[in-house]
Amino acid sequence: MSSPETSAALGADPSDASDPSVMSDPPARAGWSRLSYAEGMALGLREALASDPTVRLMGQYFFGLTPWRRLTVDIRERFPDRVWDPPIAEIGYVGTGIGAAISGLRPIVDVATASFIFQPFSQVVNEAANIHYMTGGQTRVPMVIHVNHGIRGGGAAQHSHSPQAMLWNTPGIKIMTPSSARDVRGLLRTAVEDDNPVFWADHAKLFDYVDDVPDAEERIPFGVAEIKRAGTDVTIVGTSLMVRRALEAAEILAADGISAEVVDPRTLVPFDTETILESVGRTGRLVIVDECHQSCGVGAEIAARVAEHAFDALRAPIRRIATADVPIPFGRPMEELVEPSAAKVVTAVRSLLG
Amino acid sequence: MTSVPDPLGMLERMWLIRAFEERVSELYARNQIAGLLHLGIGQEGVAVGLAWGLEPRDRLFGGHRAHAHALARGADPARLLMEIAGRATGYCGGKGGTMHIAAPETGFVTATGVVAGNIPLALGSAYASTVSGDGALGVVAFGDGAGQTGSFHESLNIAALWGLPLLFVCENNGYAEFSPLSAHTKVERLARHAETYGIPAVTVDGNDAAAVLAAVRDGVDRARAGGGPTFIEALTYRLRGHYEGDPGKYRELSELADWKQKDPIARFVADQGLEAESPAAEARARAIVDAATDAALAAPHASVDQLRTQVTAEAVA
Ligand SMILES: Cc1ncc(C[n+]2csc(CCOP(=O)(O)OP(=O)(O)O)c2C)c(N)n1
Ligand SMILES: [Mg+2]
Repeated sequence: MSSPETSAALGADPSDASDPSVMSDPPARAGWSRLSYAEGMALGLREALASDPTVRLMGQYFFGLTPWRRLTVDIRERFPDRVWDPPIAEIGYVGTGIGAAISGLRPIVDVATASFIFQPFSQVVNEAANIHYMTGGQTRVPMVIHVNHGIRGGGAAQHSHSPQAMLWNTPGIKIMTPSSARDVRGLLRTAVEDDNPVFWADHAKLFDYVDDVPDAEERIPFGVAEIKRAGTDVTIVGTSLMVRRALEAAEILAADGISAEVVDPRTLVPFDTETILESVGRTGRLVIVDECHQSCGVGAEIAARVAEHAFDALRAPIRRIATADVPIPFGRPMEELVEPSAAKVVTAVRSLLG
Repeated sequence: MTSVPDPLGMLERMWLIRAFEERVSELYARNQIAGLLHLGIGQEGVAVGLAWGLEPRDRLFGGHRAHAHALARGADPARLLMEIAGRATGYCGGKGGTMHIAAPETGFVTATGVVAGNIPLALGSAYASTVSGDGALGVVAFGDGAGQTGSFHESLNIAALWGLPLLFVCENNGYAEFSPLSAHTKVERLARHAETYGIPAVTVDGNDAAAVLAAVRDGVDRARAGGGPTFIEALTYRLRGHYEGDPGKYRELSELADWKQKDPIARFVADQGLEAESPAAEARARAIVDAATDAALAAPHASVDQLRTQVTAEAVA
C-alpha cells in the first residue's frame, strides 16, 4: 500500500498544490464519491454549518499549514458570518466557545496544533468537562474542540503532542479519533449534534488518504468500532493515523501468510470494548498501536480492558506499540525511532506468533 | 544619528545574521534541512541592538524566531546550524531543532515554540538573580502576537508588582502568522499594555539598531539600579514569510518593497558612515557562514543512542 503522507508534510507551500477539489480520483460507484480525508473534514464542516444555524467555527487551522488549508477559504466564502478568527489567546477563545455552548450555540473550536491544547487545558478539563456533572445535569456544553495531533515531521517536543490519553483521563469529554474520510465526516456530524464537549483529534498525515464517502448525509454513531480488515491470527487495534500503519502492517503480514484483523475504535469515549473483546476471542492475540506516549497511554487502557475481560482468550501477551516515553526529538533519525510504525507492528505480531 | 561605541562589531553581527538566515533558507529550499523555520531577516536591528546593550551574564529567552537572538548574543554559527540541521554536534545534540535552540554560555538561555511561553521564564530568571545577587537581568524577546496571550499579561503584572530586574522586548513586526496586528487587537501599540501595569515603556524604530541599543541601555540602567522592569516595543518587519514555504499572499508587494527601503543593515551603514567598511564586513560574515555550512552538513546526524538520555536530569556528582 502506498502512503500519501509525504505531501502532507508540514510547511508545504499551498500555492504549489493543485486544486484539492480536483485531486481526488473519479467516483468509485454510484452514490459514492472518492474524497481525501481533508475533503471529508470539509464536507462534514459544511454540512454541519448548513444543517444548524447555531453551529459556528472558531479558528482557521483545521488543515494546519498543509495545501488543504484552502478548503477553509471555501467554507469562509460559503458561510461568511459563521467563521471567527481568534487572536493567539487560547484560554480566552476556547473559554468563549464553552460559554457560547452553554448559552445556545454549537461551536466548533480549532486549537490547531494539539500541543497548544495545554494553553486552555483548564478551560477544557476544569470547565467544559465538569460543568454538566457539577450542575447536577442542569447545564450542557455542546461543542467540538479540534486539534491536529501527533508527529508530523520536524515538529520536535512542542509541536508533536497526542493528548488523547490525558483527555481520556478526564471524565466528561467525548473523544473521536477518525482515520478515514468517511469516518471523519460521519463522526463530525454526530459530534456536533452531541450535547457534550467532544475532542476531535485529526492527524495532518491523514489528510491525503482517499476513501469512498457516501453522497448521502451520514452520521456515524460514537462508541461503535469498525473492523477495517478482517483476519484470524491476531487483532491489531489502531487509532487515528495508526489505523493506516496497522493496515500497512496487515498487508506485509499477509504476504507471510499471517492473517491480521485491524480494528478501529473510531471513538475513545465512548469506547467499544465489546468489538475488541469479540475479535480477540477469535484471534487470541492483541497488538495495540497508538501515538500517545506509552505510559498511561491509549494502548495501556485498551490493554487493561482486554486483560481484565478476556484473559482466558489470550494465547500470548498483549503488545503495545506507542510513542517512546521521551519528549519528541527534532533530528529525523531520533524522531523515526520514537514514532510507532508499520514495521514495529509487524515485528510485534511476528514475536507473538513465534 | 545616535553614536554607538562599537559600530563595526554591530554591523558585522547584523551581516552574520543576514547571511546565516539566507543560508538556512537556501538549505531548506534545497531539501537539505527540514522543520518549521521562522527566519529573522529584516529584524537584525532589534537582535543586535539588544545584544549590544547586555552583559554576558544577562539571560535572554527567545521564541520561535530566535536564530538571530542566539547569534546576536554570540552563539557559534556552526553549532547553531548543526542544531537546525538536526546534527549530533548541534547545541542541543539535534534534540531541539530550529524552535528550541539554546546557547546558555552566551547568555541565550532557551527558546520556545509556544507563543509567549518564554515570558514568565524570564521573570523567574530575574527573580533568581535578586536572590543570588549575581546581577543578571532577565530579558525576553517576543512578537506582537504574544501580546494577545494571558501569559503576557500575567507576566507584566507580576514583573511590575515585584519590581523584577527585567527587560521585555517586543518585536512588533505587524503580523502574527498571516494576519495583521489589526485583526488581533485594538491595542496596536503594545507598549500601552506596559503603561497599564505601571512599567516604564518606550516604542522605538526597530530597524534602527542604534535606537534599540539606546532604549536597551536605559532599561538596563534602570533594572541594575533596582528600578524594576522596562518594556521596549521595537517596530520592525520580517522580510521573509512567517515560515519558510509561506507564499505570503496576505501582504501587498508594495508594503514589502517599502520595508526593503528601511533595511536595518543599510540603515545602520548609512547612519554610522560605514559605507567603506560594509562590503568587507559582509564578505567576512558570508565566509563564516560558508564554513559553518560545510561543518554542519558534514556533521553526523543526531545520534539514536542519545534518544533516551536527558529525559530527566541526573544528579550532579
Ligand atoms: C500558544 C501558541 N498558539 C499558536 C501558535 C502558532 N503560532 C506560531 S508563530 C505564531 C505567530 C506569532 O506571532 P508573533 O508573536 O507576532 O511573532 P512573529 O512570528 O511575528 O515573530 C503563531 C500563532 C503557537 N506557536 N503557540
Ligand atoms: Mg509578529
